[in-house]
Amino acid sequence: MTATGHTATGHTATGHTATGHTATGDAATGAPPAIELAGVAKDYHSRGRAVPAVSRIDLAIGPGEFFSLLGPSGCGKSTTLRMIAGFEEPTRGRILLQGRDVTAVPPNRRDVNLVFQSYALFPHLDVAGNVAFGLRRRGVKGRELRERVGTMLDLVELSELAERRPRELSGGQQQRVALARALVNRPAALLLDEPLGALDLKLRQTMQIQLKAIQREVGITFIYVTHDQGEALTMSDRIAVMNRGRVEQLASPREIYERPRTRFVAGFIGTSNLLRRTVRAVDAAGPGGRAMVVLDAGADERLSAPLHPQMGPLRTGDQVELTVRPEKIEMSATRPDGPCCALRGRIVEVVYLGTYTTYTVATHGGTEITVFWQNSTDSTNVAERGEEIWLSWLPEHSYVLPESADEEPSTPRSGGPDPGGPPEGDAPRRNGEPAAGAAAQTPTATAAHPVSP
Amino acid sequence: MTSLDSAPPRLAPARPGGGRGGRLGERLLHAYTWLILLWLVLPIIVMIVFGFNDRVGKRNNTWNGFTLRWWGELFAIPDLTTALVNSLTIALLSTAVATTLGTLMGLALGRHTFRGRGGVELLMFANIAAPEVVLGASLLSLFITMGVPRGYLTILIAHIMFNISYVAVVVRARLAGFDSSVEEAARDLGAGPFTTFRLVTLPLILPGVLSGALLAFAMSIDEYVITTFNAGSTLTFPLWVFGATRVGVPPQVNVMATIIFVVGVLLALGNALLLRRRQI
Ligand SMILES: Nc1ncnc2c1ncn2[C@@H]1O[C@H](COP(=O)(O)OP(=O)(O)O)[C@@H](O)[C@H]1O
Ligand SMILES: [Mg+2]
Repeated sequence: MTATGHTATGHTATGHTATGHTATGDAATGAPPAIELAGVAKDYHSRGRAVPAVSRIDLAIGPGEFFSLLGPSGCGKSTTLRMIAGFEEPTRGRILLQGRDVTAVPPNRRDVNLVFQSYALFPHLDVAGNVAFGLRRRGVKGRELRERVGTMLDLVELSELAERRPRELSGGQQQRVALARALVNRPAALLLDEPLGALDLKLRQTMQIQLKAIQREVGITFIYVTHDQGEALTMSDRIAVMNRGRVEQLASPREIYERPRTRFVAGFIGTSNLLRRTVRAVDAAGPGGRAMVVLDAGADERLSAPLHPQMGPLRTGDQVELTVRPEKIEMSATRPDGPCCALRGRIVEVVYLGTYTTYTVATHGGTEITVFWQNSTDSTNVAERGEEIWLSWLPEHSYVLPESADEEPSTPRSGGPDPGGPPEGDAPRRNGEPAAGAAAQTPTATAAHPVSP
Repeated sequence: MTSLDSAPPRLAPARPGGGRGGRLGERLLHAYTWLILLWLVLPIIVMIVFGFNDRVGKRNNTWNGFTLRWWGELFAIPDLTTALVNSLTIALLSTAVATTLGTLMGLALGRHTFRGRGGVELLMFANIAAPEVVLGASLLSLFITMGVPRGYLTILIAHIMFNISYVAVVVRARLAGFDSSVEEAARDLGAGPFTTFRLVTLPLILPGVLSGALLAFAMSIDEYVITTFNAGSTLTFPLWVFGATRVGVPPQVNVMATIIFVVGVLLALGNALLLRRRQI
């Protein structure tokens, strides 16, 4: 989505908090959103105990949108999708399809179709029989049935295999049958639960492009569940990043990547450097009328960053975390001039990766910072291991996030319900920020490992 | 045996006769296997052969020459024919009812967790494990207490009773590894609960249902003990044959048994083929 109002240089637009929601229904035309979740929550019951799988979700997904639910395994993505499809009943909240409340409507009478993670093809029917199943239930028969099935099989390039049984197909072919079987019904929304999860990398990448092309062609709303951030960034118009049954951030891929709202999002999407610092001063009217936070730094060093737009006010002495992406950082031998952030450091690791080189730089505070350096012109490294260098970046390329107060050192990556019971909705919140416990999730494998000073 | 033949070579010098001993062991095993097979098949062969015996006198136990006469006079003994018809109709009816109920029971046990599931399961296995004498006698006292006259209907009820458990066990076994997401897929594609059962669940468990039905039919057609308690004056094929042993079993019995046996074997083979063809 380009509506977020900022360019590739990362120039920040004011008031972008609202722009992340442009695709939700069109207020001007009055068309209702394709799908709306209002305060939806789901508890599972196991051995007499209620286990929250989805804590509270509010979403509005616009017609024709490619919407992704992204999050680690066990964060409640499938549960959310299954509630939309009608296989799970929400414990609280309402689900609306095109403005109509369907919370109590059984799955066979909801105008959405689900592509199952396991495909769930009918083993006793051939490919054409699988694809025709939904149409037959709607009373489509004869020529129209044959034509629609044929068109759909053409679209997913399976016409040759129409008479095969599912077990005679490869994984990728089965996946396309599952897609065709759902799409042929022209549902108001197509729900996909990690549809590419079982495919190998190469096929997955091809299918990502094909899926996106098919979505554009048919113009149907897609809700796409994945734990693969690359997949979500590639295909989506908007992404809801989920953690522990909550949406941590809902925005366009660019917004999510460049302005992660929580520490969890910063760690889960791409690689982020996180610097834990103390607030030295808050300049309420910084450049462009935005609040700038000045952080503790060494002599001639300089650290300042805008406050994240959705974060509450800060005071001098507060502990915060500054986040900056590795590709936004410049390296130089001498202290750079200008109003940029500047930190001194020593290079501890250099890894050449073809298109770019990864530098690991230890600052004087002890934090290790990762830098991606594009290998565009020079084939030699700009700096060698052990060298003292300066790191610099524009303040607007970084953000200050609240420091997670009660960080658990070894939260399981699955994010499953923790034995002590995760903090419920009554935990203190700031300005729409998720409860601190939820934000304190350990970043996943993609995150850099910042060393606390 | 192969395990001896392929023993490590370093053992060979220590046991010079090992190779020959192995061959002898193998021969003994072969002989033993054939003996067992013969033991199992011989009564059946005798039964079939004596259906072609040109019998003299009342006893049909000495070979007297080949004839097809009994095949032609298959229904010459009215009581025997009635008994056979009783047996066949009871087997068919009890199979139909028990397969329907047993399939539902197997589905409930294999797919859902509910209060009292353990109890139902226990009851089902108790029904299979209990001695037939006990089942027959207790059913009889139940019928007497309730004042139900013994006859065709009580035999049918008894057969349905013991067949349900067999069908339920077989269907339940078939459900192991059943991926219920295909049923969800059917619901998702617009099929109501009943259509989903008809178009997805039933076709997928059909091999199990057929196996169960076959087993039920086989159990019913030759049931003696429970039947004899609850038959009153009605006769089934096994009851008639047992009664006839005292005066001499007519060769028609051999012919009928041969036909039942052959049909049974064909059905079992067909079911096995079906199972192999639709490995799902
Ligand atoms: N049927 C169920 N019964 C009990 N707990 C469940 C059930 N399904 C999911 N859960 C739990 O709910 C949480 C969310 O699951 P799920 O929605 O499948 O996560 P995801 O799809 O994001 O991996 C997990 O902790 C999982 O263990
Ligand atoms: Mg899932």
